[in-house]
Amino acid sequence: MVARMLVCMVFSPFLLGVIGKTKALFAGRKGPPYLQLYYDIFKLLQKGSVYSRTTTWIFRAAPLVSVTAVLVAAFLIPLGSLRAPIQFWGDVILFAYLFGLARFFMILAALDTGSSFEGMGASREAAFSCLSEIALFLNFAVLAVLSKSFSLSGMIGACSWFSWTTMRPSLVLVDLSCFMILLVENSRIPIDDPATHLELTMIHEGMVLDHSGPDLAFILYAGAIKFFVLGGFLITLLLPFHFYNPAMGTVVFLLGMVFLAAAVGVVESAMARLRLNRVSTFIIGSFVLASFGLMIALARAF
Amino acid sequence: MESAILNLKNNQACQMSQIPLLEEKFFQARIKEACQGGARLVNLFGLIEENTAIRVLAFLGYDDEDKLLLFSMRLSPDKPFFDSMTPDLLQAHLFEREIAEQFLVQLKGHPWLKPIRKPMTREPGFFRVKGEETHEVAVGPVHVGIIEPGHFRFQCHGEEILNLEIQLGYQHRGIENMMQEVSSERRVWLAESIAGDTVIGHGLAYCGAMESLSDCHVSPRAEALRAVALELERLANHAGDLGALSGDIGFLPAAAYFGRLRGEFLNLLMALTGNRYGRSFCRPGGVLFDMDSKMIDEFRRRLLKAQQEIRELSNLFFTKPSVLGRLENIGIVSSETVKQFGFVGPTARAAGCARDVRMDHAYGMYRFHQIPISLAENGDVYSRAMIRWLESQRSIDFLLELFARMPEGDLLRPPGPLKGRHLALSMVEGWRGEIVHVVVTDSNSKIARYKIKDPSFNNWMALTLAARGMQISDFPLCNKSFNLSYAGHDL
Repeated sequence: MVARMLVCMVFSPFLLGVIGKTKALFAGRKGPPYLQLYYDIFKLLQKGSVYSRTTTWIFRAAPLVSVTAVLVAAFLIPLGSLRAPIQFWGDVILFAYLFGLARFFMILAALDTGSSFEGMGASREAAFSCLSEIALFLNFAVLAVLSKSFSLSGMIGACSWFSWTTMRPSLVLVDLSCFMILLVENSRIPIDDPATHLELTMIHEGMVLDHSGPDLAFILYAGAIKFFVLGGFLITLLLPFHFYNPAMGTVVFLLGMVFLAAAVGVVESAMARLRLNRVSTFIIGSFVLASFGLMIALARAF
Repeated sequence: MESAILNLKNNQACQMSQIPLLEEKFFQARIKEACQGGARLVNLFGLIEENTAIRVLAFLGYDDEDKLLLFSMRLSPDKPFFDSMTPDLLQAHLFEREIAEQFLVQLKGHPWLKPIRKPMTREPGFFRVKGEETHEVAVGPVHVGIIEPGHFRFQCHGEEILNLEIQLGYQHRGIENMMQEVSSERRVWLAESIAGDTVIGHGLAYCGAMESLSDCHVSPRAEALRAVALELERLANHAGDLGALSGDIGFLPAAAYFGRLRGEFLNLLMALTGNRYGRSFCRPGGVLFDMDSKMIDEFRRRLLKAQQEIRELSNLFFTKPSVLGRLENIGIVSSETVKQFGFVGPTARAAGCARDVRMDHAYGMYRFHQIPISLAENGDVYSRAMIRWLESQRSIDFLLELFARMPEGDLLRPPGPLKGRHLALSMVEGWRGEIVHVVVTDSNSKIARYKIKDPSFNNWMALTLAARGMQISDFPLCNKSFNLSYAGHDL
């Protein structure tokens, strides 16, 4: 279990480095090093934080709540062949709302600053996450119907091998839908542009403009873990094998994750960011895919 | 009244005594009437005469006839006010605010009389929209990224912009006054610093004014070299703007490659002038450096390569559905609005208004070698991006043709002393649009008034109007599609 958490905690910032390198490759640049996020986090941890006089304890608590919540979520999910240390009936709901908790605090912290940029970022984040939450739960529903389980460990991973052999169409739809949700949840292009410096267009970046020092390090780190956990969900679903050698299983899983990060990088290079009022259409797209997945699953189940 | 009007051409000087002096009533009626009949208010500014009275000069442009009309009115020191023309003529809006600010005259009936460059007084403050669900967003004057300072005040309803007010002046250096005070050797350096990205444009406008004030005729060779520099400046900035637009919508490959192309054009400018932005190249009387045949061949080769690259890149950029989805139908400035407010440059051409000094009031090389005007229709961000791509093609074609037969002549013919009590007008189509310099000399041949008008002065209002009803998240993109100068406005 310790090894498992170590993999998650140590490896996750690397994936964002992979995305950066992929984008740089498409733009004909060298790009920042793979380990850039580690350097950034290390640098920020050594600095002091600046707090505005208008903020309250919520602003200071939010980064910690956020990073803790996503780390706890990491305990609930099987990563490749590594089992989830905590699993129980209905843990998917806890899983989804741990992210909800992190987001809730980040939104409150953003409103706490009283800045108009942060307020706009918060309102956008709230609006889009409402939609993506429905889509995420619809995907969980498909998996629950297929696996007859209501625990993450029963839904994905080796247990889903049977589903893959019999219910491929609906799982393919779920995978696509989850990939879209991954982009939404991690504020990647075409939803949000993590590289932008334009406050008026920001969603996630807008909410964290006032955070600095270790607080910002926690937020960046929480973002990396979130990508790892949600990506891990998708990769575990896509790799329904069980390796008896855990080291071997982990390596295959991590290769899958690197591939996923590269795929996100390709998407970001190949298309422009969506206009903000079209983002909901994108999320509804993922919702529709999941609905079709559910229909197929239900039709086969009965 | 027709006889009391002075007909002037671009790069022409006239005696101050030739300028008709009208009564305020006729002056204003004449302007309004002409503008209703299709003319354009090119410039409207004040100067202090030797007897301390304020003289207001109006320049009307008839773009189709290559004609500029000049006339004036006088405000006596004991009556420092006049009626505002703005309620009937929106083009006059900013010019009048400028006159009120520079000469402390009162304008009766001006709807929004605020300082445009000096710090704002408490009244009237920013326009505010009140209501339960509206909110206010203030951006700047300190921005993220390396751009100039300016304050943007949005009144929003959710994500929709109801009104935008732009407050500038943070870059005010008093450059018009400095132009009057510094020695003539330093003046050209100053002119090149009016807007850092329009060195050639403002430099040429300055040179044009000085040459017409001293009856100096530039050789065809020097005119050709000036046109090369001006078009290279246009190419570099247009490529840079397309790259910046790509960057704003998160379309990385195009942002990177347009950025590289901008560098290529700047490098060409450096090979020609010794400076990437073209400083110290244009001087009154001609230019400082020549191109030999080897250099011309080299330039032709590099331009052909750049032409190929920019074509491939634009084909990628302008056909990508996700790019078009961002650019189309946002930030629309209609051709009626352009005519009403007198916008210039690519902003006007993107809305279908054929305004281009190179064609309408041709000067220098463009008298012999014309560049067709590029037009688009919608006046949205897409059209403004498209105009940049079209103009880049035309500029490259122009340069390649010019290199095939470069005229001969001396590089520099030093101009003589300036004529006293004269006025000279010089217009240049910079990459942002129409640059106007007006110079007035006193009886000692000293410069008594140096009036600069950068295209940004006209066009900031276009951004304000385009923002109305737009999603606030699209604003930065729309702003980039204009890419106006703060320094050029603030002077």
